[in-house]
Amino acid sequence: MRAAVIVFPGSNCDRDMAVALRAAGAEVSMVWHKDASLPDSVDLVAVPGGFSFGDYLRCGAIAAQSPICKAVVAHADRGGYVLGVCNGFQVLTETGLLPGALMRNANLKFICKTVDLKVETSASAFTEGYNAGDTVGYPVAHHDGNYSVDDEMLSALRAEDRIAFTYRDNPNGSVADIAGVLSDNRRVLGMMPHPERAVDAGHGGTDGQALFRGLVGQLAQA
Amino acid sequence: MKARVYVMLKNGVLDPQGEAVRHALGSLGFDGVNGVRQGKVIELDLADGTSEATVDTMCQKLLANTVIESYRIEVL
Repeated sequence: MRAAVIVFPGSNCDRDMAVALRAAGAEVSMVWHKDASLPDSVDLVAVPGGFSFGDYLRCGAIAAQSPICKAVVAHADRGGYVLGVCNGFQVLTETGLLPGALMRNANLKFICKTVDLKVETSASAFTEGYNAGDTVGYPVAHHDGNYSVDDEMLSALRAEDRIAFTYRDNPNGSVADIAGVLSDNRRVLGMMPHPERAVDAGHGGTDGQALFRGLVGQLAQA
Repeated sequence: MKARVYVMLKNGVLDPQGEAVRHALGSLGFDGVNGVRQGKVIELDLADGTSEATVDTMCQKLLANTVIESYRIEVL
């Protein structure tokens, strides 16, 4: 299974993401934002956390216009898998690959702590390693994680079982406690919490391992 | 030519920064501030003859996130 991790100026979770994917068995290459194409036969693109382009204009807005993002959108349009975490989630909403937007946290504070999430669906390559209803602890570290989506899209997300994770105790004001959402083909996942920061006992928790192992296992078979 | 783009959160979208400013004004003793909405102003220095339609496309593609923001263009 081959994965590419996108690196923007200001990315700071790119190497953590690569470590987590490699630990799960993926072959990982790092791809600079100015590249216009992805390496051959990439199964998964990971858009990491950080502060791409200093969060100028809006979080993820400038990164979403970078040359590599056109290739990421094309990869998703071909049915490829994409995982966006934190700033990566913001980038994916800005490209239009995922619905909604991430706004400033309702309490205006930068939130940095481990939070409990509820796995809402196990019906995706990302979450098939969990059971729906499981509680997992992943760290969050964001200032703009307040997920906003209109009522019509929220109904669609619910009806189509596209809410992947919700917060047990909503830290940021997100609509319907949403922490992560899937695309309509269930192959693009965006989430604010960091599964790649919960894959080693040294991280203080290993709840994220099942996400990466499940994902790598599923895509290796494909 | 110059154009100015005003970007605001759409009506109905909670503006936590505006709310914080409203509270701060209240604690300074300014009564009667019923609401504050905070947005941004972007000034563009453009080649002469740039159409407003082009500026509109800029707004759609980058300057505003139309999921949560509305915008208004003023050609100066």
